[in-house]
Amino acid sequence: MTIFDPMLPRIARTRRRRRDGPAVWTLDIEMAEGGPPAFAPGQFNMLTAFGVGEVPISVSGDPADPSRLVHTIRAVGPASTALARLGPGEVLGLRGPFGVGWPMEQAVGRDVVVIAGGLGLAPLRPALYRLLAERERYGSIVLLYGTRSPEEILFRRELESWRRRLDIDIEVTVDHAVGDWRGHVGVVTTLIPRSAFEPSSTVALVCGPEIMMRFAIASLQDAGVADDAIYLSMERNMKCAVGLCGHCQMGPVLVCRDGPVFRYDRIRSILGAREI
Amino acid sequence: MANSEPVVLDVDGLSALFEALKRRGYRVVGPTVRDKAIVYDDLDSPADLPEGWTDEQDGGHYRLLRRDDRALFGYVVGPQSWRQFLHAPRVELWHGTKSGDGVRIEADPMPSEPLAFVGVRACELQAIAVQDRVLMGGAYVDPHYRARREGAFLVAVNCGRAGGTCFCVSMETGPKATAGFDLSLTELLDGDGHRFLVETGTDTGQAVLAELPHRPAAAAEIAAAAAVVERAAASMGREMRSDDVRDLLMRNLEHRRWDDVADRCLSCGNCTMVCPTCFCTTVEETSGLTGAESARSRRWDSCFTMDFSYIHGGSVRSSTRSRYRQWMTHKLATWHDQFDMSGCVGCGRCITWCPVGIDITEEVRAIRGDGPN
Repeated sequence: MTIFDPMLPRIARTRRRRRDGPAVWTLDIEMAEGGPPAFAPGQFNMLTAFGVGEVPISVSGDPADPSRLVHTIRAVGPASTALARLGPGEVLGLRGPFGVGWPMEQAVGRDVVVIAGGLGLAPLRPALYRLLAERERYGSIVLLYGTRSPEEILFRRELESWRRRLDIDIEVTVDHAVGDWRGHVGVVTTLIPRSAFEPSSTVALVCGPEIMMRFAIASLQDAGVADDAIYLSMERNMKCAVGLCGHCQMGPVLVCRDGPVFRYDRIRSILGAREI
Repeated sequence: MANSEPVVLDVDGLSALFEALKRRGYRVVGPTVRDKAIVYDDLDSPADLPEGWTDEQDGGHYRLLRRDDRALFGYVVGPQSWRQFLHAPRVELWHGTKSGDGVRIEADPMPSEPLAFVGVRACELQAIAVQDRVLMGGAYVDPHYRARREGAFLVAVNCGRAGGTCFCVSMETGPKATAGFDLSLTELLDGDGHRFLVETGTDTGQAVLAELPHRPAAAAEIAAAAAVVERAAASMGREMRSDDVRDLLMRNLEHRRWDDVADRCLSCGNCTMVCPTCFCTTVEETSGLTGAESARSRRWDSCFTMDFSYIHGGSVRSSTRSRYRQWMTHKLATWHDQFDMSGCVGCGRCITWCPVGIDITEEVRAIRGDGPN
């Protein structure tokens, strides 16, 4: 009997590669054999650069079109750098998708506030595609996005085209304005009090650096959003992505198995502890 | 499934057990003396067992001593545990070869030789049950562990004495083996000779036992075997109140005792290497010079390293304080959340093999406020 081996990658191939900011590249990939794995917004894959290593990367593409598997990668370590360099036709390994994604069903009928910091927009983009594709099922939709500088804004053309729609509010802010930037300046949390959503019927989806998420939670609480309506995508070291290697422990949870998306009230007690 | 009546096997019967296991194709592994310690290794016959040896254990202290009898199992657990066979320290996962413009991936073969463990203590049976839950009980199964674990034959041995760092009674895992074995032995060594009371846990155990010369146990022998285990239970070297420890630790994540233990802890990871339930692994990628071939392997990892929790920007747990706290709260508290059971079986290895003698039972007492005793 052959036992399914969750550590065995499938072969995939890069179809298209484009730059999405300093050291940030977005790869469209396709499976070399078999169908593309369906994924839920917020899930991630383990991508292998052969001979270099494997890293967890969130899917950043449209869940309605899984044949175009899109991942946005910041080149920071050996594996992510090797992956970000893969040109069209080059081979990589893929395991996944893994994890629990954004609460798209729980958000139906409610206002949705999406708060992203830096590369945190990448795992949120599939949720935005879904929200816009099924626009009539949701209340107000607000996207608040902060980056360090204007050149680090991800998916800029797409954001600009979405911004022309009348059924979504998009605000972008940068920490440091340079050149011809005429938009908001300041951290993303400053946008929360001025946004139009009904706190008592809002679901908030938050992804970004942990410190940014802490401040976003505080601002959402100040605005009257309940703890059980706030969802965060957490990042931890991962080696297996299937709950077997122990690396992604965050107190009582395994981020790969129980997350990466968590309802805030369920991890509130451990998020308060340092170095957990 | 367990045999209704215990039987008695003499020392020759034990040799017959080894032969029966080998005849059935098992690789027989058990305790033997090497490097002045009891280690687990391949055994040919009971002559390889540590006859007449016992051990002296305390915080950061382990010595083998001669006994004044010829007991074969007169010691407790050493630095190794069965996990080195079931959850091997290093496993080759797959290798990939570039062919044309693609890569061909082949899984490395799984081991096929069945294992028979002779001399598994009650705490170790529980440790195996813990790893079964972690590595086979979730949505994803570790096929490498499963290939070794399924079909393994376990011969338990009930402890006749406790070691200086044992606290299985506190963790309710021993000293008597109650489940998870194929056969269990209690060594009897008295005026009536050297023999073993045998209990059966599975049909396979029953079938193996049927091939061995044995006789029904006398009532006095059953009572003597019970007395052996009671003696061990009464001589625990350590104790730890475990009913409230989960909440106690989670309520005290910022207790000053973590700073105190961090001053003593070398962050060496010994406790994680000797712990029979530690399961963490990392992966390593290797490639040939031309890049045409690559392979991924998996090896044991320790939460005491800085790399363990590294994400871009730094380690989540950069202080020794946070890493010791992670290890101890995982064993005693968050394991319950993750796997619905305790990750500590009370074997005492982490105490014995800590180079500075940090004692998990003492740390719990200190956090509870009882003070060290």
